[in-house]
Amino acid sequence: MPEQLVFAMEVFLNGLMAGVLYALVALGFVLIFKASGIFNYAQGVMALFSAMTLVGIMKGQVPFAHVINAIFGTDVHYFGWTVPALLAIILTVAVMVLFAWAVQKYIFRHLVGQEPIILFMATIGLAYFLEGVGDLMWNSEIKKLDVGLPQGINEAIDSYTFNIFDYGFFIDNLDIVATVIAALLVGGLVIFSQYSKEGRAMRAVADDHQAALSVGVSLNFIWIMVWSVAGFVALVAGIMWGTKSGVQFSLSLIALKALPVLMLGGFTSIPGAIVGGLIIGVGEKLFEFAIGPMVGGATENWFAYVLALIFLVFRPQGLFGEKIIERV
Amino acid sequence: MFYREAGDFKTSYTDDNQTFPIKFDRYRYYVVLAVAFGVIPFLINDYWANAFLLPFLIYSIAAIGLNILTGYCGQVSLGTGGFMAVGAYACYKLMTAFPEVNIFFHVIAAGGITAIVCTAFGLPSLRIKGFYLAVATLAAQFFLVWLFNKVSWFYNYSASGQINAPERTVFGVPVTGANTDAWATYLFCLVFLAISAIIARNLTRGMQGRKWMAIRDMDIAAEIIGVNPLKAKLSAFAVSGFFIGISGALFFAVYLGAAEAGDSFGIQKSFLVLFMIIIGGLGSIFGSFAGAAFLVLLPVALKLVGVDMFGWPTDIVAHIQLIIVGALIIIFLIAEPHGIAQLWRVAKEKLRLWPFPH
Repeated sequence: MPEQLVFAMEVFLNGLMAGVLYALVALGFVLIFKASGIFNYAQGVMALFSAMTLVGIMKGQVPFAHVINAIFGTDVHYFGWTVPALLAIILTVAVMVLFAWAVQKYIFRHLVGQEPIILFMATIGLAYFLEGVGDLMWNSEIKKLDVGLPQGINEAIDSYTFNIFDYGFFIDNLDIVATVIAALLVGGLVIFSQYSKEGRAMRAVADDHQAALSVGVSLNFIWIMVWSVAGFVALVAGIMWGTKSGVQFSLSLIALKALPVLMLGGFTSIPGAIVGGLIIGVGEKLFEFAIGPMVGGATENWFAYVLALIFLVFRPQGLFGEKIIERV
Repeated sequence: MFYREAGDFKTSYTDDNQTFPIKFDRYRYYVVLAVAFGVIPFLINDYWANAFLLPFLIYSIAAIGLNILTGYCGQVSLGTGGFMAVGAYACYKLMTAFPEVNIFFHVIAAGGITAIVCTAFGLPSLRIKGFYLAVATLAAQFFLVWLFNKVSWFYNYSASGQINAPERTVFGVPVTGANTDAWATYLFCLVFLAISAIIARNLTRGMQGRKWMAIRDMDIAAEIIGVNPLKAKLSAFAVSGFFIGISGALFFAVYLGAAEAGDSFGIQKSFLVLFMIIIGGLGSIFGSFAGAAFLVLLPVALKLVGVDMFGWPTDIVAHIQLIIVGALIIIFLIAEPHGIAQLWRVAKEKLRLWPFPH
C-alpha cells in the first residue's frame, strides 16, 4: 500500500477523534438551543470554567485567593488538602447546577420573548462575565488536569497496524476514551429524553413553549435542568480538552469551532452535532494534510468556517436540521 | 425653555429637512465641532492622545461602520477585526507602493478595498440570516487573519511578519511614523471621523437608510413593498466595509505604527466593536460614539482606580474588567436594549417638556 495513503488513513482516524471532541462541545449547544431557542455562545467558557473549578477543588485551592491577598494583604493559596477526582467532579456538577439556576433567574427570565440575536449577544456577555469570574476565582495560569484518564500512545493499535502496513498508527488512548464517553453520553441523553418524564417535558418545551406551559410543564424548571445538563456536558468536554492540552484560556475558543459543527449538522439535531463534529474533524485534518503544505499550513484555523459557509449557501438548515419556514 | 422647536420658523424645505431640526441641538453640534477642532488640539498631550482620544476616534469610525451593518441593516457581523485588518494591510501596501501620493488618499483607497472585500463576504447574507450569518462572518475573520499571516506579499516579505508604517506627512506635518505630534495625529483622525459621521448620518436618514431599516425589521415584508434585498444588503456591507477599512487603516498607520494581523486584529477586536454598538445603541450614530467612548474609557478608568489608587495587581484589574464588560452587556440588553443612545433620547424628550411636563 502506498505510504501516502497509509498516512492519510492515520490522519483520518485522528480527525475522527478530534471530531468527537468538537461534537462534545456542540452537544451542549444543541441541548440549550432545542429547549430554549438560546444560542449559547458561553458553552466554551462553561467548559473552561468547569474544568478550572474541577482543578481548583481537586487541588484544594482557595477561591478568590488572589483577590483576598490583594485586598487584605494576606498570603493564602491552598487549603492544604486534596480532593479525590470523583468527589471533585460531583462538587463541580453542583457548581454548574448552581450556575444554571443563577443564569436562569438573573438573566434569561428577563429576556423571555426577545429576538434570538439579542439572546445570542447576551450569552456573549455571559461568556465574558464567566471568564472573568473564573480567572478571578481560580487564577488564570495554565493548569494541569489529571483525573486518572489513560493517556499516551495506544500500543495495541500501534503494533496491530505495524503488522499490516509496516507503519504503526499513532492513536492517543485519551481520544479512544473520549470517543467511548461521548458515545455513552449521547446514548444516555437519548434515553433520558425519550423515556424519562423530565425528558419528555424537555422535548415538549422544545416543540412549543406555550403548549407545554398550558399542560402544566414548568418552563423554569425545564430551563434550569437543560442548562444544568449543558453544564455537565461542558464539564465532560472540559475534562477531555483539559487533560489533552491543559486548562487554559484557549479552551474557550473551541466554542467557536463548535459553531461550524452546528451549522453543518443543523442546530436542532443531536445526531447532527455528532456527524457534523466528525465531518469537521476529519475534513480539517485531511485538508491540512493534503493542501496545508502547499499554502503554508495552519489551515485548521479557518477551514471549518469556510466549509460551513459554503455548505450553508446550498443547505441553510444544515444536514439534519428542521427546514426553516418563514411566515409573514 | 431652551430646548424647543417653538419660535424656530422653517421657511424652506431645506430648513425643514435639516439634520438637527432643533436650534439648541444645532448650536450644540457646532460647539462640539468647534471644541474638537479648535480647542482640544491646543490642550492635547501624548498620554491623553494615546490612552483615550486616538482609540476613541478610530473605534468610533469602526463602530459607525458596524452600526450601519448591524444596527441599521440587521446583519450581525463578527468579522470586524478581519475587515479592519484588510484596511490596515491595504493601507500599508499602498503606502509602500506609492510613497509620493498623500496618505489621505491611501486611507480612502484602503476603505474602498475593504468595501469590496466586505461585499464579497456579504454575499452569503442573501441566503442565510441571523446567527447563521454571524458564523459565516467568522469565516471572514479567521480566513483573512490567516491570509495576512501566511502570504508574505502582504507584509512585503519582512522577516518579522509585521507591518510598520513609514513616515508620511500631510501639509508637511508627519502623521505616521515615529516623529508625530499628538495634535497632528488627533486632527488627522478627527477629520476622517467627522466626514464619516456626516456621511453615515445622512445616508441613514435618507432613502438608503430607510431601505436598510426595512430589511432589518422584516426582510420579507421589505421585499414585498419593493426594496431590493440584494442591493440593500450588499450596499450595507459595502458602506460598512468602507468605514471599517478606514478605521483599520488609521488604527494601524496612525495609532499602532506597527501591527501583526493575529495580535492586532483578532476575534477580540470584532467582539469589542460589537460591544461598543450594543452598549452605545444599535441603529444610532450617536450611540456609536457613546459606546466607543465608554469602552475605551472603561479600562483607563479601571486602571486609574484599581492599580493607581488601590494598588491592585494589573491582572486582577483585567479580570474585573472582563466581568464588568460582560455584566454591562447583559444589563443593557435586559434594561435598555437600545443602549446609551436611548437614554440620551429619553433625556431629550424630557428636556423638551421641561419644566412643565403636563
